[in-house]
Amino acid sequence: MLNQYYGDYITVAVFVAIGAILVGGAVAANRAIAPRAPGGFKDVAYESGIEPIGGGWNQSHIRYYIFALLFLIFDVEAVFIFPWALQLEFFSSIGSGLTVLVEMFVFVGILLLGLVYAIRKGVLTWE
Amino acid sequence: MEFVDNFWFQLVLKLAGILGVVLTGALVVIYAELKIGSHMQTRIGPYYAGGRWGWAQPLADGLKFLQKEDLSPTGSDRTVYGFAPYVVMMATIAVFVVVPFGPDMVGANLDLGAFYLLAISSLSVLGVLMAGWSSANKYSLIGGLRAAAQLIAYELPLVLAVVAVVIQAGTMSLNGIVDAQQQTWFTIGSFNISAPFIIQGQILGFAIFMIAAVAELSRIPFDMPIAESELTMGYLTEYSGIRFTMFFLGEYASMISLSAIAATLYLGGYAVPGVHGNIVNLLGPGVLLTKVAILVFVIIWIRWTWPRLREDQLQTLAWTWLIPLALLNIAIVSIFKVVF
Repeated sequence: MLNQYYGDYITVAVFVAIGAILVGGAVAANRAIAPRAPGGFKDVAYESGIEPIGGGWNQSHIRYYIFALLFLIFDVEAVFIFPWALQLEFFSSIGSGLTVLVEMFVFVGILLLGLVYAIRKGVLTWE
Repeated sequence: MEFVDNFWFQLVLKLAGILGVVLTGALVVIYAELKIGSHMQTRIGPYYAGGRWGWAQPLADGLKFLQKEDLSPTGSDRTVYGFAPYVVMMATIAVFVVVPFGPDMVGANLDLGAFYLLAISSLSVLGVLMAGWSSANKYSLIGGLRAAAQLIAYELPLVLAVVAVVIQAGTMSLNGIVDAQQQTWFTIGSFNISAPFIIQGQILGFAIFMIAAVAELSRIPFDMPIAESELTMGYLTEYSGIRFTMFFLGEYASMISLSAIAATLYLGGYAVPGVHGNIVNLLGPGVLLTKVAILVFVIIWIRWTWPRLREDQLQTLAWTWLIPLALLNIAIVSIFKVVF
C-alpha cells in the first residue's frame, strides 16, 4: 500500500500528464491526417483581411501594470486569510475568537484603504 | 478483492472516469449551447448532423477540426505558440483531481483541496497569455492582455468567496466541505436540520462566486478578451484546427469544473439528504452532475440573453463591487462563526 502522502502527489502528476497526453495525441493525429502546405498568404497574421501594418508586438498601455500590482496585494492578502480562516473555529473554541477576528479586520481594513486610495486616484476610470 | 484496493488500479479507474466525464461532458455542453442558444434567439441551430436534432454536431465539428491544417503565422514564437494549448488543458484536467463525486469517488481528497483548485485553475491564465503573446498578431496581443487583466481581477472575488466557505466549514478539503453541509445546522424538537451553505447564509458568496466564475470563463457578459466585433477572436485569432479545438474543449471542460466546484461548495455537492453509507458512492455522481447541469444551463442562459460589458466596466465591477462585497461576506460569516 502506497503512502497516502506520495499517492496524492502521484495522482495530481498523472492527471496533469494526461492533460498533456490528450493534447499531444490530438496534435499527432492531426499531423497524420491534415494536409501540410505552408507558405502563401495564410501564414500572414490576420488583420481583417488586409496586409498587417507594422509588427505583431506593440506597446500597450501601462494600466494593465497597475492591475497586476493591485492583484498582487490582494492575492497575498488572500494567502494570509486562508490559514486564519481554518483556525478561526479553534480560536473561538478556546475563547479568543473576538481578538483574532478584530486582528484580521484591522489587517483587511488597511488593505481596503489601499483599494479605496487606488480608486480615488482614478486607476479604474478610463478616459 | 485485494487488487481493488491497489493504488494504481484505482488511479486508472479514476483517470478513465474523469476523462469520460470531462470529454463527453464537454461535448454535451457544446451541443446544449448550440441548441439552447438557437431556441433562445429564434435561430435554426444544428438540425442535420447525425439525423435527429443534429445531435452529432459537436462530433462533426471535432472531426472537421482534426482534418484542418495546423497553421502558425510568420514571425510567431512557435515553441510558445504550440505549447499554450497544453498549459490550458493540463490546468483544466488537473482541477478535476479534487472534485468529489462521492465520499470515495474523488481523484485525491487533498487537505488543501480548495486552495489547490484555486491555484491550479488560475494557471490557465498563463496559457491564455502565452497564446496571445506568441501569435505575433495585434488582436491576439490585446486579447491576451485583456484576458490576463480580467482573469486576475476576477480571481480575487473567487478566492475571497471560497475563503468564506472555508471559514464556515472549518476545512479546505472538498470532501470535508460536503460533510460540513450535512452536519446538524439546528434542531427542531428531535429533528436535526442540515442545509447546504447557500441556505446557511452564503447566498451572497454564491452570487459572487458565480459572477466571478462566468468572468473567469471569459463568457458573455465578460467576454472582452475575445470580443468578436472588435478583436475577431482575441487570443485565439491565429489558432486553427486541432489547437483551436483544444482551447475550445478546455473552455467547456472548465465550465463543468467550475460548476462542479460551485455545486460542491454551496449546493451540498454529491450529498443526498438522509442517505448515508456506501450507497452515496453510487448516487453521488448523478446528484452532482444534475446540479452541474443546472448551473451550466444558467451560464448558457446568461450568455444568450445579456449584452457584453465594456472593458473598463468589467474592471470597475470587479474592483469596486465584487471585492469589497466578498470581504463583507467574509466579515459576516466570520462574525457569525465566532459569536454563535
